[in-house]
Amino acid sequence: MAELLRFRADEPADHPGITVDAFLDQPDADAVRIEPGDDARALIPHLARLRLVEVNFPIFGDGRGYSSARILREAGYGGELRAVGDVLVDQIAALRRCGFDGFDPDQPLDPADTEIAFARWSAVYQPAADGRAPIWAARHGETA
Amino acid sequence: MRILTGNDLRTGAVVWWTGTFWSIHVEEAADVVGEEDRVIGREEASRRVNAAYAIDAELHDGAPRPAHIKDRIRALGPTVRPDLTLKPADPAAGSWVI
Amino acid sequence: MYRYDDYDQAMVDTRVAEFRDQARRRLEGRLSEDQFKPLRLMNGLYLQLHAYMLRVAIPYGTLDARQMRALADIADNYDRGYGHFTTRQNIQYNWIKLEEAANLLADLAKVEMHAIQTSGNCIRNISSDHFAGAAADEVADPRPYAELLRQWSSFHPEFSALPRKFKIAVIASERDRAAMRLHDIGIRIVRRGDALGAQFWVGGGMGRTPMVAPCIREFVPIDQLVTYSEACLRVYNRHGRRDNKFKARIKILVHELGAAEYTRQVEEEFAHLLTLGIEPPAAELARIAAMFDEPLEPAESAAPDRSDPDFALWMDRNTHPHKLPGYISAVISLKPVGGIPGDATADQMRLMADLAERYGNGELRVTHTQNIVLPHVRQAELHGLWSALEPAGLGAANIDTVEDIIACPGLDYCSLANARSIPVAQRIAERFAANGRTAVLGELKLKISGCINACGHHHAGHIGILGVDRKGTENYQLLLGGSEAEDVSLGKITGPGFDETGIVDAVETATKVYLKERDEGERFLDTYRRIGMEPFKAALYG
Repeated sequence: MAELLRFRADEPADHPGITVDAFLDQPDADAVRIEPGDDARALIPHLARLRLVEVNFPIFGDGRGYSSARILREAGYGGELRAVGDVLVDQIAALRRCGFDGFDPDQPLDPADTEIAFARWSAVYQPAADGRAPIWAARHGETA
Repeated sequence: MRILTGNDLRTGAVVWWTGTFWSIHVEEAADVVGEEDRVIGREEASRRVNAAYAIDAELHDGAPRPAHIKDRIRALGPTVRPDLTLKPADPAAGSWVI
Repeated sequence: MYRYDDYDQAMVDTRVAEFRDQARRRLEGRLSEDQFKPLRLMNGLYLQLHAYMLRVAIPYGTLDARQMRALADIADNYDRGYGHFTTRQNIQYNWIKLEEAANLLADLAKVEMHAIQTSGNCIRNISSDHFAGAAADEVADPRPYAELLRQWSSFHPEFSALPRKFKIAVIASERDRAAMRLHDIGIRIVRRGDALGAQFWVGGGMGRTPMVAPCIREFVPIDQLVTYSEACLRVYNRHGRRDNKFKARIKILVHELGAAEYTRQVEEEFAHLLTLGIEPPAAELARIAAMFDEPLEPAESAAPDRSDPDFALWMDRNTHPHKLPGYISAVISLKPVGGIPGDATADQMRLMADLAERYGNGELRVTHTQNIVLPHVRQAELHGLWSALEPAGLGAANIDTVEDIIACPGLDYCSLANARSIPVAQRIAERFAANGRTAVLGELKLKISGCINACGHHHAGHIGILGVDRKGTENYQLLLGGSEAEDVSLGKITGPGFDETGIVDAVETATKVYLKERDEGERFLDTYRRIGMEPFKAALYG
């Protein structure tokens, strides 16, 4: 397994996520793994006990996980949101914007490419789940 | 016969496998029947070609002529711009395609 | 016209640097073709029949003389001296090298242009009415709204891997000159009392399953335009089909859910998104709109001298009324008889740029019918413009006639095509130019696609032609009765297909039926709608 890349100060969960169905059945579970077809909103009543949500990308071209991530952040989820599976370096900046703060891809990310990817975009056109103020806010002296 | 075609990775030019290198001239294409996947795998991995595939062809005046019109247009160039084809001065080039 | 500020410039510059890095990693073998393909597509770079093809965005079809000259320079410096204007107001270059593509994009960025999201499974270039801001029949200039949406959709992180491509058109007139209801989202800016709003039509499209978009919301307050768009996209991103590429467009989702259920889901998402504050402030829209509101110099109303019959014919066919006295919009036909529809040489592009400056305000438009518009021409100088067009092969007086054919690149250029489109367009235009019936046929929109993907809008032609592959030979199906305008409809196939000569004859036969059956004032489309398919079938196959 490649090294976990993380933008959090807390200790990572020491166990992987379980399926959404299993998670909903186990009142003490604190880690879940959602697949592209899962409804992220099913987790919203249980956010308080969650510390890890793994969002799986079985193929990098399936973008449903981007919406799942934002939905969870918009609902106030503050635990780790980890992108797993076929996660490529050219996606990680957009994933970060959608609220991911952990990356554990099947294939390791090149550290130099990763650094460049996260640093590349000095501004953004739209608000997302990363708290960055969009360009329109800067243009009109607002802080989002 | 089976011949291989693809595009040059850097330039995008249509190319044909001669048995030793990739040529822009279909006339130089080699019969690779039975070897298609092996050659494509090796050549794509070494980035000498992009999006390669094998096609049927038959000999026509001693040179391979692709079985499908799409590959004949690839071999020559756009029929509506003879000046941009590989044989701008050859009036018979169009009938080779169609 | 919209001008980039430092932020916009930084965004396109950053994208060029990112693409340069991606192309380098591909050439070094650190990205596989499967990994690189979606990245190059999101920068407009295809691998086509003969080479790489680059599609450059012309947002809402508007560009200025400086940008047109840059497009000409790119044609000369990176391609073979020409470009192809497309049915979605883009320009395509056919002979691009991957190793030069980043330099080309850098040249584009110098004139505030880009190829961002002109392909791939993302929100594409936003198209609009080519007479936007000049037409007398609009409630507003739709382009500021299109620009607002351009910025919102550019690099949108959530929508960077949609189920399939996503096309948006924005208009602001009851007249539809942008095929609005044949887009994934068609937006019409409307007025309700003193307030402007956006009417949303979602789930239209052509391709293998053509559908006309239903209206899902009559009036979205204009200060919620972006938020509503985001709701439409999120529902699609989450629930659009990903099991079958051919069923992945939003039209299938809307069709399978039903417009009412899709709308319900959008409204639910919209109510949620309204709480997040994602809508740009009114000041941002005002900033953008001000740039489109450059005043034109006052011009005297002057009916041009019609004594030259060739000029009079061109004026009747190739101009459109302007909202201001003394001005007129002129359409430069890229459909010379026997030419390649939508192609322009670098020299023609430079001439059009010069003429836009000399006879207008320097602005040009690209139409979805693959022609060029000079939107603000002083009436008194119209004759001078026409005189300069003729010698450059740009003076064809044939807009909206049977010679003004939309054609996709077809099998001459496109790896998806099943048959050639361009030669069929050439033969048809030549046939009608020779038999002299172009004039008597009047408005007749003829559209040709070389495959079922319908880039040539064949479903929406009064007469449509679809090229198919029949056992390895080119074959052409004939469709009748389509329209992309406000009277939108989808054409129906007449019956068995024809070979290349046969389809030209078949089009002529269909026009003869029209000339025999038509009532006073009827267009081809009107007659077809009145008398139906049978008389045409009888003449074609009887």
